[in-house]
Amino acid sequence: MTTPDYRLSQLETLEAESIHVIREVVAELERPVLLFSGGKDSIVMLELARKAFAPARIPFPVMHVDTGLNFPEVLEFRDKRVAELGVQLVVASVPDAIARGTVKEEPNGSRNRIQTPVLLDAVEEHGFTALFGGARRDEDKARAKERVFSFRDEFGQWDPKNQRPEIWDLYNGRIHLGESIRVFPLSNWTELDIWQYIAREQIAIPSLYLAQERAVVERQGMLYAVNEFITPREGEQVRREWVRYRTVGDANLTAAVASRATDVEEVIAEIAVTRMTERGATRGDDKVSDAAMEDRKKEGYF
Amino acid sequence: MNPVDVHSAAAAQAHDIAVARKDILRIATAGSVDDGKSTLIGRLLYDSKAVFEDQYEAVERASKGDFVDLALLTDGLRAEREQGITIDVAYRYFATPRRTFILADTPGHVQYTRNMVTGASTADLAIVLVDARKGMLEQSRRHAFLASLLRVPHIVVAVNKMDLVDWSEATFEAIRDEFSAFAAKLDVPDLTVVPISALHGDNVVRRSEHTPWYQGPSLLHHLENVHVASDRNLVDARFPVQYVIRPQSDAHHDYRGYAGTVASGVLRPGDEVQVLPSGLTTTVAGIEGPRGPVEEAFAPMSVTVRLADDLDVSRGDLICRPTNAPHVTQDLDALVCWMTDEPLRPRQRLAIKHTTRTVRAMVKDLHYRLDVNTLHRDLEAGELGLNDIGRVKLRTTQPLFVDEYVRNRVTGRFIIIDEATNATVGAGMLVPGS
Repeated sequence: MTTPDYRLSQLETLEAESIHVIREVVAELERPVLLFSGGKDSIVMLELARKAFAPARIPFPVMHVDTGLNFPEVLEFRDKRVAELGVQLVVASVPDAIARGTVKEEPNGSRNRIQTPVLLDAVEEHGFTALFGGARRDEDKARAKERVFSFRDEFGQWDPKNQRPEIWDLYNGRIHLGESIRVFPLSNWTELDIWQYIAREQIAIPSLYLAQERAVVERQGMLYAVNEFITPREGEQVRREWVRYRTVGDANLTAAVASRATDVEEVIAEIAVTRMTERGATRGDDKVSDAAMEDRKKEGYF
Repeated sequence: MNPVDVHSAAAAQAHDIAVARKDILRIATAGSVDDGKSTLIGRLLYDSKAVFEDQYEAVERASKGDFVDLALLTDGLRAEREQGITIDVAYRYFATPRRTFILADTPGHVQYTRNMVTGASTADLAIVLVDARKGMLEQSRRHAFLASLLRVPHIVVAVNKMDLVDWSEATFEAIRDEFSAFAAKLDVPDLTVVPISALHGDNVVRRSEHTPWYQGPSLLHHLENVHVASDRNLVDARFPVQYVIRPQSDAHHDYRGYAGTVASGVLRPGDEVQVLPSGLTTTVAGIEGPRGPVEEAFAPMSVTVRLADDLDVSRGDLICRPTNAPHVTQDLDALVCWMTDEPLRPRQRLAIKHTTRTVRAMVKDLHYRLDVNTLHRDLEAGELGLNDIGRVKLRTTQPLFVDEYVRNRVTGRFIIIDEATNATVGAGMLVPGS
């Protein structure tokens, strides 16, 4: 393949940048781990990690912070992908932590906040010094401010007003014992870039991301597919609708969106004309306040 | 909410525009809220349809005046919203059918200079905002100077709030001429000046009817069309080795690949190459990209290079052509932007990260400190404080493989790390003489 004008396309540029970041972490930090949820962003990140070290294996384990509120299909997908790549899977389990008494279930049933201490405990237990996360800057105002190499103190906290300057692509991964770096190789990707890359590289994804006719209930204007965690409440009508998941989070909180996009190309067309952000459309947990994400990130959320 | 009709002509068109091959233009904006910087960015995002309905509704709810305050789209941290200022860089993304854009929205205040340097360091183009009523202020000079120091190849001066000076051509021309004279001293290769009103959208996306005397493009039209292909160095092949890939598996028993990002120039299989610091020569046996073998590798491709001979090559080494090698030196002469409270002083020991090589260094001499507002050189300065810029001589414990920053933005740059705190405390650009 030759490129006559020596210009990379936007996808090739983003891919090269992400691979550079992933390799730099492995070269400079002792015990990296990649946070893998089975969601589309972490699937793309894992694929980029595979490319970064081919034909060798990915030289670090992957970790899933398991809230116990998973879509079964996503768990299956996780296990299949991990087996194909021959990487080690570390599971940090929120239900186990609840059983041990290290965290307490919140009254609203959301495990979004309590997964943070579970994550931090697992990081300490395994001595991980760098955590790859699939977050993108276009997702949220607080994320838009985050560095690619984001320094965390020994409590896993982010200090947004005092971040390390990050100049050119010369990343500083130096830390003291107990500190860590969150690394976001997909920082500059948008939702549309992720989907274009999935299409271009023919990357397998859980079929939840594609439209199917499902039994749904409507809550606060959002559509929730009935599953083991979402059962119709009194007065709620179950109806059948064509829906897909635009994000895959906890099964008790992630709403589906009305959609007719049954393959990846149709998803691209849909996103290209859709006028609502991913998180606004599908996450009950981000509606708390304008600074909800900033507050959670400061505590050590990824 | 009704689902999008993914089979409609509109959806098909949106799909085709989305997947069409585009390049990325990286932009940095500098200015304060008072200059209308956040409003301009909000306007670019909104008019290029990068603002989603829920974001717009949130801004509409939060707006206090008669119009929707697009500035509220940008500032992300609680402290920024409370104080009405930009503290740290925020990254924004938008696309048109021609290009995709990564916009680093950087603070304008002098106390956040280091954050502006962070945002501008990767930019192809910098937008400097000037308030038409106030003309060129100290701050505008500083922004233009920092962009030129970092060798951002294209600078656009957006003369904003033209509606408040009755679209006066004379006002615009005075600012344009003053800026051009200043830019001439800075060696800015490409300067464009556009009269705009970010609040009303004039000359931002479309040409305005209020400025019949202005013959140039709208700001967005310029961003879409500015020619950046020739900004890169395609002459000097430089490949810093980032990581050595050795699968040690049965299928790839003897495989040894040198992974890295091409800094400049072009590498091809069959090329005769030299490895630094050993100086040994060999040929390129093959190059693998993310989708398998490639015929050539150029910046900023991330590839894996295999060499014909079994040499001792490790991270921090550099592959180049035997006839075109960088300087191998332990003495650095650089313009340094200092980024921490604890000042830089002669005799100080620091760590330097240059490409993939990290070495220890000592400050030998502070030649001068530059006043970023007047460009005056203070030869008597004994130290560099936070946000100061000065010319510094350093001696490293190991040789580095360097080019001048004006010739090579990758091999001509380095960061400085404090070994006690691990903080990034400075950025350096090598000047001729290294």
